[in-house]
Amino acid sequence: MSLDEYRKREFKQVGQRVRRPDGVDKVTGRAMYGADATAPGMLVGRILRSPHAHARIRGIDTSAAEALKGVKAVLTGADLPAQEDDFIRDVQDNCMARDKALYDGHAVAAVAAVDAATARAALKLIKVDYEVLPHVTDVDVAIKPGAPVVQKGRSLENVPAGMSENVTSHCEFGHGDPAAGFARADHVVERHFRTAATHQGYIEPHAALASVTSDGKAELWCCTQGQFFVRTLCAAIMGMEASQLRVTASEIGGGFGGKTTVFIEPVALALSRKAGRPVKIVMTRDEVFRATGPTVHTSTDVKIGMTKDGRITAAEAHLRYSGGAFPCGTVDMGAQAAFAAYDLEHVRTYGWNVLTNRPKEAAYRAPGAPQSIYAVESVVDELCQHFGLDPIDVRLKNAARKGTKSSYGPTFPDIGLIATLEAAKKHPHYSAPLQPGQGRGISCGFWFNFGGNSCVSLNINTDGTVGVTEGNPDIGGSRASISLMAAEELGIEYDRVRTIVADTSSLGYNDVTDGSRVTFAVGLATIKAAREAVRVMCGRAAKIWGIDAEAVEWKDGAAVPAGPNAGKFPPMSLAEIAAVSFETGGPIAGHHEVNVDGAGVSFGVHIVDVEVDKETGQTTVLRYTVFQDAGKAVHPSYVEGQMQGGAVQGIGWALNEEYIYGADGRLQNPGFLDYRVPVASDLPMIDTVILEIPNPGHPYGVRGVGETGIVPPLAAISNAVSRSAGIRLSELPMSPPRVLKALGG
Amino acid sequence: MVKVRLWGSLRQAADGRTEVEVEARTFKELLDRLGETYPGLAPQIARGVSLSLDGVIYREAWFTEIGPESEVVLMPYMTGG
Repeated sequence: MSLDEYRKREFKQVGQRVRRPDGVDKVTGRAMYGADATAPGMLVGRILRSPHAHARIRGIDTSAAEALKGVKAVLTGADLPAQEDDFIRDVQDNCMARDKALYDGHAVAAVAAVDAATARAALKLIKVDYEVLPHVTDVDVAIKPGAPVVQKGRSLENVPAGMSENVTSHCEFGHGDPAAGFARADHVVERHFRTAATHQGYIEPHAALASVTSDGKAELWCCTQGQFFVRTLCAAIMGMEASQLRVTASEIGGGFGGKTTVFIEPVALALSRKAGRPVKIVMTRDEVFRATGPTVHTSTDVKIGMTKDGRITAAEAHLRYSGGAFPCGTVDMGAQAAFAAYDLEHVRTYGWNVLTNRPKEAAYRAPGAPQSIYAVESVVDELCQHFGLDPIDVRLKNAARKGTKSSYGPTFPDIGLIATLEAAKKHPHYSAPLQPGQGRGISCGFWFNFGGNSCVSLNINTDGTVGVTEGNPDIGGSRASISLMAAEELGIEYDRVRTIVADTSSLGYNDVTDGSRVTFAVGLATIKAAREAVRVMCGRAAKIWGIDAEAVEWKDGAAVPAGPNAGKFPPMSLAEIAAVSFETGGPIAGHHEVNVDGAGVSFGVHIVDVEVDKETGQTTVLRYTVFQDAGKAVHPSYVEGQMQGGAVQGIGWALNEEYIYGADGRLQNPGFLDYRVPVASDLPMIDTVILEIPNPGHPYGVRGVGETGIVPPLAAISNAVSRSAGIRLSELPMSPPRVLKALGG
Repeated sequence: MVKVRLWGSLRQAADGRTEVEVEARTFKELLDRLGETYPGLAPQIARGVSLSLDGVIYREAWFTEIGPESEVVLMPYMTGG
């Protein structure tokens, strides 16, 4: 994608806070979520899960379950095909264990029965012969030679010899000579940090309804961030052709990255094929926590040197990430993102992915970046405190800018970090007085953003309305933003456009809704599809007028003669052209299919005020402001919602949320009572400041906003806590017991 | 010839260098030449890589043209949430 897409323009629709298209359905309960799907003759699917963190499966006796009245199918890993591709095999083995249970909650068998009670009874009749194996759930233990090995033979060629077999990959980024840079520093700080695994915490548990017919066709309804990717994975696991499997995405009750893969969908399909009837599986919350995809948990060492006037002379980080029992590449992203906000002459990051007996990691907003940037921004803040320097001034002095050789390699083109920092510095929040015992922290954040495969079909209806068909589940307002961009380009009102999300048989391939890509990439495809429809409509008007198509242009929602030489004709509106479309050549549509690049990286800055209760260890967030570059905010309310949502999830990560494993390797807190996410009463209003620095890679200047917002809160709050309570915690979450311990209580 | 910057852990697969030169006019040619010239890079290229061209990150786009003065950086395949 070229970087000359952007054209400055005056917007009429884009930028308006229009009514959300899914609002009525959601507040009235009509919206169809995954668990709302139903089919005649539907069976209930249930999954048996391992109670052991690590165990060899010596055998599974399903005979009693199969004999139970009302049971129509029983499934184990032996029913699924062997896979040659590592990636597909890992996905499949995570959905249904083959010869080893790799974590507490790992699926080992499943049943389909006529009702839930029968299905539950059948699970109790399945006899699994486990050989319990030593387990390891902590990254710092798993990386040591001699630790229990989760999976043998999974190390890539880039892993140095002599490391534990749990180390599956290694990466290194950076440039310059850090040792020389540290020698020039007036002060060097080196610290060790740990972050807990957290869950995306979406409200809607995973749900899937599968129906496989005897002639090999299948339908799958599920809640997902990417129905096309679900089709790819399930077709591979089921040995089906893509054309024979139609996947329809339901309305989605949150995803945040956690619904970018499959967990129960192949199981429902396999049970349906075996039973010859539709099968529906809905996860319980316990299952969501134990057996979907939380984040990596991490252990990081960061070393930064600074001169007394605040110039960073060198920086280095060692990152150890664990994405659970299967290899994952999240550490690559964390290592690249760690120092992205800084213009550094000497910088190096090293990363290792380590297997542990935990669930297979799934993406979570800006995967890998919050953890590494938390560690970096904490050390930068400690250096600011050491020298008595203003933390925004120090970041401005060292900020990455156009021409900076980034810490991960490329030289930055135009980026918005300095503008974002300057906006934060002059905001009233930054200079507002604090009361005794209160502390203020700031942090920068960064995410890459990307585009990806996108298909849009745009149909001009004969009554002058417009239907847009796109292929990405709407997890953050994309139907509204896509309708706004279509209306803008066509010159009609937003209310005349309706955008729907297509199933996999109705449109070409669309990448998953992730990477902050949809408003950017699908929006770009929508604009191009609208331009194609405009071209057709101009051609129809030209035929009606009897002039060349080149002599017609589109202005304010109507075809008009391009100039005085084209003739004098009154404008023909979209509705007028559409009304006679059958007579002038047939239905009018535009479509566009593209793999979009040019997303443009994103920076954000957060300011937070907190107060630590030194008797209880509880941290109260008093005030919070998010600054982020949106390129162009297509629907500002949704953009603000993304920024607020990211901040709130980051606040939870910083203060309370964590996967807690017992000595037995079992998850201790698989529910929202014990896994504490922030609720509205815990929080102040999250204020937002949207900056609009146009992205040259998008016709309207749009850049993604969905992920960067979760990156800064971890360090911003930690930095605020250090200034409130006089303690520098180096492990997340900063839960009350951990704060009290640090205070010496 | 196009200069390609590699990330540090690929050094051992490229004769100890983090910047290599190959003859290529497009991303596809560049990836093919890299794999042929440095077979140690082939497994990583097969697993997936992104490319940055003059600071803009591309995840695929075989036929993206590369100018002789372009800055090209090989990166891991981008993933998001």
